[in-house]
Amino acid sequence: MFEAIAFYLFAVLTIVMFTITVMTQQALYAITAMAAGMIFISAFFFILGADFLGAIQIIVYTGAVMALYAFGMMFFDTTRNVVEKRTNTQIVFVLGVLAAVMVVAIFVAPIASNNIEALYPVDAAIGNTQAIGIVLFTKYLVPFELAAVMLLVAMIGGIVLAGKKMDKSLTLMAEEDIGSMDDSLESKAGGH
Amino acid sequence: MEITLTHYLVLSSVLFAIGLIGVMRRKNLLMLFFATEILLNATNIAFAAISHYIGDLSGQMFAFFIIAIAASEVAIGLGLLIVWYKRTGKIDLDQMNSMRG
Repeated sequence: MFEAIAFYLFAVLTIVMFTITVMTQQALYAITAMAAGMIFISAFFFILGADFLGAIQIIVYTGAVMALYAFGMMFFDTTRNVVEKRTNTQIVFVLGVLAAVMVVAIFVAPIASNNIEALYPVDAAIGNTQAIGIVLFTKYLVPFELAAVMLLVAMIGGIVLAGKKMDKSLTLMAEEDIGSMDDSLESKAGGH
Repeated sequence: MEITLTHYLVLSSVLFAIGLIGVMRRKNLLMLFFATEILLNATNIAFAAISHYIGDLSGQMFAFFIIAIAASEVAIGLGLLIVWYKRTGKIDLDQMNSMRG
């Protein structure tokens, strides 16, 4: 009973928040509504017994990703309305619903054919976090390490892209100056 | 009133449709990134729900890797976006035609 109440409450809240994110003209409304929606999504993970995933959802999405977006929005003018050219809304809605139905079919197909069995069954004796640790560091060790390398590459890429030449405004410079700046930087670094 | 797997999959598809509508109607690149985050979260819900109802931890594992990919996508994408904004002063998708595509 309580599970049903929680599910419907958070489902309505999440859908409303994400609809605001998609439909609003204000960038600040969009980012705030999305942060709220991310926290509401973590509630589903707690209902489903995936405690660790719920905690990670809050830490990574509302902690790291949202902070990164807020940091990025300092560079953009967020106070004015976002003016966008309207596309054909009917095509957009039809395609969106069609693609969503396709996703459901992809998820339901193995269940409908009863062709699925648990590879790593949940052990009731140990907690969710411990079980995830056991599976993650045995069966999924290689993907885990690859994800770590990928995050390192992304971090270095982000630093290089956003942090380089922060004292200069590339917007106010002419195209030739930017090219010559790159050349002088290269000659300084590589000596060619 | 039992909450079944179908409930979660319907919710997931509704959120996915919202995200997809956002991807298709947004022209501002920052707003487009928001919509892609919604897409990734919708699939995460489906993964966690199936993981719970099948009794298998693999679904949660895939959700973790999706979160990791989302985090690195934001770092790289936002870096590129900042560089583009510094150079042109705009982040409008329709005006990115320097390659004459």
